[in-house]
Amino acid sequence: MSIRVGKTGNEAVAEAMRQINPDVVAAYPITPQTEIVQIFSSFVANGKVDTEFVTVESEHSAMSATVGAASAGARSMTATSANGLAFMWEIVYIAAGMRLPIVMPVVNRALSGPLNIHCDHSDTMGARDSGWIQLFSENAQEAYDNAVQAPRIAENPDVKLPVMVTMDGFIISHAMEVMEILEDEKVREFIGKYVPENPLLDVDNPVTLGPVDLQDWNFEHKRQQAEAMRNAKPVILDVASEYAKLTGRKYGLFEEYKLDDADIAIVVLGSTAGTAKVAVDQLRAKGVRAGMLKIRVFRPFPAEEIADALKHVKAVAVMDRSDSFNAVGGPVFVDVRSALYDVDNGPKIVNYIYGIGGRDVTPDHVKTAYADLAKIAETGQVENPLTYLGIRE
Amino acid sequence: MSVPKDAGWKDVPKAGRILEPGSAAKYETGGWRTYRPVHIPENCINCLFCWIYCPDQAILVEDGKFKGIDYAYCKGCGICATECPGKRGNKALKMVLDEEA
Ligand code: SF4
Ligand code: SF4
Repeated sequence: MSIRVGKTGNEAVAEAMRQINPDVVAAYPITPQTEIVQIFSSFVANGKVDTEFVTVESEHSAMSATVGAASAGARSMTATSANGLAFMWEIVYIAAGMRLPIVMPVVNRALSGPLNIHCDHSDTMGARDSGWIQLFSENAQEAYDNAVQAPRIAENPDVKLPVMVTMDGFIISHAMEVMEILEDEKVREFIGKYVPENPLLDVDNPVTLGPVDLQDWNFEHKRQQAEAMRNAKPVILDVASEYAKLTGRKYGLFEEYKLDDADIAIVVLGSTAGTAKVAVDQLRAKGVRAGMLKIRVFRPFPAEEIADALKHVKAVAVMDRSDSFNAVGGPVFVDVRSALYDVDNGPKIVNYIYGIGGRDVTPDHVKTAYADLAKIAETGQVENPLTYLGIRE
Repeated sequence: MSVPKDAGWKDVPKAGRILEPGSAAKYETGGWRTYRPVHIPENCINCLFCWIYCPDQAILVEDGKFKGIDYAYCKGCGICATECPGKRGNKALKMVLDEEA
């Protein structure tokens, strides 16, 4: 029996962390993530977890201590947002390169400057090629579910990669929803006992981790890392199907919403998927064949699967909550368009950059994108490959 | 780590981990070399300056005499060739591009 509770996204993720009961959490506060580690530190203080909580002086140190703890053989976690993630940058790559199965909730927030604390995806999108698995969440329920599944994915022997679990700052992190959590024992049983690989604290089997790695072998180790990311895809699906048996909640690499017979579709990540579903329902009621694809797993990127799911659609809009500043379009757009390159007579594809710095996005905004798509589907002509949705012109 | 010569990316421990303690001697560093020292026996006076100065113990000596160079470890720094006095100003070690040796 699952337990129905009212929780904010931050509370839900802190609860997942309590149930995971990691050996070490090293963290530093940053809005809008602060509550996660604040709530978790109260669990530590009240003896609800066995975790060694390391209070550090910065995010660079938070990730460094987490890498150190994971190398020692501890199940290790941290959490951050925006500039905190940016400050961790060097060690974020090291965590992945050292193949340490760290789990880190990231509450999406705009990366400064100018200073802004509200939601967009510029923080985690910047880290998309850092070698971390990235799971995006639409709501608090998904953030909780992704957080519980994350250790199993990270620690799988064929993967051994760190995992970011993201949720949209304030929109999800600070909004209360009714959701379901599992019993503590069920979570502990699901994630299982952690058996670290080559732990430094195993003094009977001394090892060196992270040595200098020059021209003769570095390429091979990076090739292994690339393979681990490929291996992650089936592992994510296996873990999801086991989780579905436990909870009844099904997860894939992405969610398709009324996409089967859709003529026009949008691709979206995070909380805007909920907004888009409302728009799809309203359009469907008027007979418009609108659909949606919500990416859950952005890294590894499910290119073939997305191409397959979108190949019948006439026109696709990719919604990016961050800009690449590459003078082309957003990061999700670039990947989705590349995935569709090999599809014969594939859909026309356009990009919408929206919601920057927490700019509100409503079903009406999403419907303007669908209206543009309907026109493209009818004429076969793309007038605006990139639209800044909700900008003051 | 000792790794078979024909090992590929699937055969080596992940992330460059060294799983065998005290194994530095098995890690051959000769691949770092651009120039290699080549010995000219007729100029050698067996002073063994090369043996003393080589930072990688790559000069092999037998019965107090120069025996050869262990190219599995020689990094090609050229210290031996610089220090070699040779016979009447003619050096017994000269540095040659590895692929031309
Ligand atoms: S070149 Fe350097 S490493 Fe090689 S034998 Fe001479 S001194 Fe030793
Ligand atoms: S330093 Fe030169 S002369 Fe002396 S032993 Fe070495 S090679 Fe021979």
